[in-house]
Amino acid sequence: MTDLKNNFFLIERAGIHTTFQDNGRQNLNHIGIPVSGVMDKRNYILANSLLKKEQNSAVLEFAYQGPLLKYTGKKIYVAVTGNVQFQIVKNNGETINGEAYRVYLIEDKDQIDIQSTFSSVYGYLAISEDFELDKIWNSISTNTKAKIGSNNGEKLSNDQKIYINHNNRDRALTKLNYVNSKINYLRVITATNFDYFLEKSKKIFFNETFTISKLTDRMGMRLEGHNIENFKNTNIKSEGIVKGVIQVASDGNPIIMLADHGTIGGYPKIANVISADFDRLAQLVPGTKIKFQEVSLEEAEKLYEIYNLETNNLVNQII
Amino acid sequence: MIRNIINLGDAAAYCDFGPEVNQEINKNVIKYFRNIKDRNIRGITNITPSYNKLIISFDLSVTKFTEVKKLIENLEIEEKDENLKKMIEIPICCDEGFRVDHKRLENLLKIKFEEILDIFFHKEYFCYMTGFIAGMPFLGDLNEQLRAKRLETPRVKVPKGSIGLTEQFCNIYTYESPGGWNIIGRTPLDIFDKKNQDFPALINPGDKVKFKKISKDEYDRFKK
Repeated sequence: MTDLKNNFFLIERAGIHTTFQDNGRQNLNHIGIPVSGVMDKRNYILANSLLKKEQNSAVLEFAYQGPLLKYTGKKIYVAVTGNVQFQIVKNNGETINGEAYRVYLIEDKDQIDIQSTFSSVYGYLAISEDFELDKIWNSISTNTKAKIGSNNGEKLSNDQKIYINHNNRDRALTKLNYVNSKINYLRVITATNFDYFLEKSKKIFFNETFTISKLTDRMGMRLEGHNIENFKNTNIKSEGIVKGVIQVASDGNPIIMLADHGTIGGYPKIANVISADFDRLAQLVPGTKIKFQEVSLEEAEKLYEIYNLETNNLVNQII
Repeated sequence: MIRNIINLGDAAAYCDFGPEVNQEINKNVIKYFRNIKDRNIRGITNITPSYNKLIISFDLSVTKFTEVKKLIENLEIEEKDENLKKMIEIPICCDEGFRVDHKRLENLLKIKFEEILDIFFHKEYFCYMTGFIAGMPFLGDLNEQLRAKRLETPRVKVPKGSIGLTEQFCNIYTYESPGGWNIIGRTPLDIFDKKNQDFPALINPGDKVKFKKISKDEYDRFKK
């Protein structure tokens, strides 16, 4: 009989916010359950694709400082994606400087030390085998605010073990050349309460530069710099919200809804970030200065098509 | 029925049922919600009903706004089985320790707390929506005499099971969460059970709710 507990990572350092994620859970907003799922979809897809995993496979998502993982078990392959600085410390003491978008072989007692992401927030670690996790509402994603999902709805903590279901998969030590692009402006479509705001405020919204504040997490991103004054009503009747919605709180500061956002909200919505910009939006670090640019619905749809095409082209480049 | 369907961003349709908040409009929202949900339409990823709006999110790789809009406009809306709507009785204890805002409410409403409770327990409530946090029901309509503003500064932590009042609604905190509603008591029941994956929320939009006053002893027995 095989012991299922033979293959695992010991978390020697958990990092700042390391969670299990996949594409999240759908069709549950009506009972108040957020979607969750990865913050940067393209980097998630690339991590799984490098290891020829099925899409929607579980990965570890980390923010800023990542985890230090010590492996015990039969050999596995791993891939890290994002702008990530990391090292692999082999069991003989040899240290390899890690490259993102490259497949590495990990053997018994090797360590993966994910030191940090640079000029971005999130990175991903995928493995050739399967993390041992239970799906809750068809997803393994962890939402730490709602306490739902893998690891009892919590981020990883020091000294815990994460187990791996080993199926002896062999993988090519392939790599991909990819550089994450950046944005200086977020493209948006004006939203349902756009006319609640003063003409002056609309101008400020589209002409001025905003700063990403430190009050930013998987739920939402607060922006600072300019007050968006509202002349109609600073509260609306609570209604459903979606990812990318920019609500303006009563203090006049915009908040952009991200993956773990609550299902309903009561602040007026001025605009919506377009789907094609979600990945790069999530990667904006606090302190970054950005501007908003208006696009039409048709342009947004076209840009999303291009975004998907680019992702597929990258996936197809992996041999 | 639906007054207007517009896009919310590039991956959601925003259906507006009118500016008012009343049960008639909300029943329409829920009827549309159930009809769309039962059809399992390809590409639709979430349908979120609220008082007078219905937000339909979709996967932009699969469909787009104009298609979803056309689909909703041409949908034949059937009356859904009324038996799906339940009547649920929720026990609440309003004793010392649980009735956090009783003084504030007495001051705001100029009614003695005992009388506030009499008015509150006398009525049957209707679930307009669930959300904000998992399973939290928004129930209405409170008697005109009980309508109070929310707290200016929300509490960082409201205990699980707390019953709060604000304006024409009351809600139940399904787990400990920040919140600014006026707390009158606490229920020992689990309103949301994530272990029950098929029916995690005890109260769903369209359901009716009646509250029952219980003593601290009864509350403790429920908890065991």
